[in-house]
Amino acid sequence: MNVEGLIILLYVLVLGSYLGFELINKVPPTLHTPLMSGSNAISGITIVGAILATNELGYTTLSKWLGMLAVIFAMINVVGGYAVTDRMLKMFKKK
Amino acid sequence: MNIYIQLAYLIASVLFIIGIKKMNKTSEARNGNLISSVGMLIAILATVVQVEAISLIDIFICMIIGSAIGLYTAYKVEMTQMPEMVAVFNGFGGLASVFVSISDYWLKSQEHVINIDIITVISIMLSVFIGGITFTGSMIAWGKLSGKVNGNAIIFKGQHPLNLVLFIVSVVLSVLAVIYQADYIYIIILTVVSFILGVLVVIPIGGADMPVVISLLNSYSGMAACTTGFVLNNNVLIVAGALVGASGIILTNIMCKAMNRSLVSVLLGGFGATNTSGGAAGGSDIVVKEVGVEEAAMLFDSASSVIVVPGYGMAVAQAQHIIKELMEQCEKRNIDFRFAIHPVAGRMPGHMNVLLAESNVPYDKLIEMDDINDDFANTDIVFVVGANDVVNPAARTNPQSPIYGMPILNADKARTVIVSKRSMGKGYAGVENELFGYPNCLMLFGDAKQTITKVVGELKES
Repeated sequence: MNVEGLIILLYVLVLGSYLGFELINKVPPTLHTPLMSGSNAISGITIVGAILATNELGYTTLSKWLGMLAVIFAMINVVGGYAVTDRMLKMFKKK
Repeated sequence: MNIYIQLAYLIASVLFIIGIKKMNKTSEARNGNLISSVGMLIAILATVVQVEAISLIDIFICMIIGSAIGLYTAYKVEMTQMPEMVAVFNGFGGLASVFVSISDYWLKSQEHVINIDIITVISIMLSVFIGGITFTGSMIAWGKLSGKVNGNAIIFKGQHPLNLVLFIVSVVLSVLAVIYQADYIYIIILTVVSFILGVLVVIPIGGADMPVVISLLNSYSGMAACTTGFVLNNNVLIVAGALVGASGIILTNIMCKAMNRSLVSVLLGGFGATNTSGGAAGGSDIVVKEVGVEEAAMLFDSASSVIVVPGYGMAVAQAQHIIKELMEQCEKRNIDFRFAIHPVAGRMPGHMNVLLAESNVPYDKLIEMDDINDDFANTDIVFVVGANDVVNPAARTNPQSPIYGMPILNADKARTVIVSKRSMGKGYAGVENELFGYPNCLMLFGDAKQTITKVVGELKES
C-alpha cells in the first residue's frame, strides 16, 4: 500500500467513526444490550478477510488453514450475533 | 478489483449505517438489525464470487460449521447469560482478525516471498495485537461472568509495570517485524504477548465493573476489524469496524459516568478488593428491620404507587418473571407500577431491560434514572430487588465512601423501601449500605424468586 492509499483509508476511518459517534449517541439505554450484540455481529465483517484468506493455495499452507479457522469464528460471531439480537428485539413490546 | 464488487461493499456499508440508525427507536430496532444482516449477506456474497471455484467447498463447510454453532448458541442462551455470550462472540471476532492477519502475513512473506510494504506490516501487527487482546480478554470476561474464573478483582504486585513492559515488547516486536519480514518468529511472539496482555488487563477488574469491560472489548473487536481492513485494503471492513469501535467507546463512556469513575481507574482495576477494609470500618453496626412475606404483601396491597429497582441479584435469582406477576397483581389493584433502571445495573449496558422484556414487561414501564429520580419522594413503596450500591445514600452523603459521587437512584426518599436480599452481604464496592438502616427501610430476606413468589401468592389470595 502506498501513502495515497493509506490516506483514503484513513478518510474512511475518520468519517466512519464520526458517523458512528453521531448515530450511537442517540440510541436509548433500553436498547444498549441489543445495540451491543448487534454491533458485535457487524464486527464479524472480518468474515470478508477470512474468506479471501481461505482462497489461497493448497492445504499445505498455514495461510489456508488459518483462513478456514477464521471463517468459522467470524461466522459464529456474525450469525450468532444477528440471531441473538433478533431474539432479544422480538421481546421488546410496548403496552 | 471489480467495480461491481466494490459497489456491493459500498451498499453493505450503507446498510450497516441504516441498520444502526434504526436502533435509535425501539419500534424500528428489529428492522434495523435485519437491514444490517442483509448488508452482511451482500458483503459475504460479494466476497464469495471472488473466490476460486476449488476453494468454495472449504469455505462453505466452514461457514456452515460457524453458522450452526452461532445459531445453536443464540437460541439456547438464557437471557440472564447474555453478557457472557456477548463476551464470547466478541472474543471470536477478535480471534478471526488475528487469524486473517497472520494468514495474510504468512502468504506474502513465507509462500510468495514478496516484500510487504511498511504500512501493511504495521497494520498486520496492530490487527494481531488488538485482536489478540480482544480474544483472551473476552474469554476471561466470559469466565468471570459465568463464574468459571474468580469474579473478584485479582491483583498482584508489579501488575501494572508488567503490562507496561509487555506493551513495550509488543512495539519492539512490531518494529523488528518491519525490518526482518522473512522471520515469522516476531509475529508469533507478538501473538503470544497479546494473548497474555488480554488476560492481564481483565483479571484485575471486578464483577460489577464488567459493563465497562464488555463495552470496551466490544470497541476493541471493532478496531480489530478496522485494522484488518487496512491489511486487506478494504473499505467495508473499515466502515463496519469504525461503527462498532465508536459504539463500544460511547457505551464505555456512559458506564464510566454512571459509576463516577474514570476509564483509567476502572482499567487499573482492583476496585472493591482494595476498599473492603476502609469501607467497612465505620458501618458494621447498622441495625435493620426485617419484614415478613405477609406483611410485605399487605404493604403492596395498600400502596398506590410502586417503583421496582432491579439489580444484578434479580438476574442471579431469575426473578424477572415473578416480578412481572407482582406487577400484574398490583395493576389489578390500580397501583401505579414502574421500574427504575440505573445505567450500570447488571453486568452489561441495558441488561435489566432485556431481562424484563423477556418477562413481557412493556418497555415504557422501564424509566431511566434521570427521568424517575424526582418521583421517588412521592412513591409509597420502592422495592429493591438484588440491587445495592446503586441505591446507597453514602454516594451522596459520605465523602469517605469509595462510591462517593456516583449518581444513585433516590430510593431512600420513598415512604417505604422494601429490600429483597439474600443476606446482609455487602455490595460490590465492599461498603455497607446505609439505606438498610434507615427508619423507612424494611429487609425481606431470602432468595428473591422464592420470597416474591410467596408475596404474589398472598396477594392472589387477598
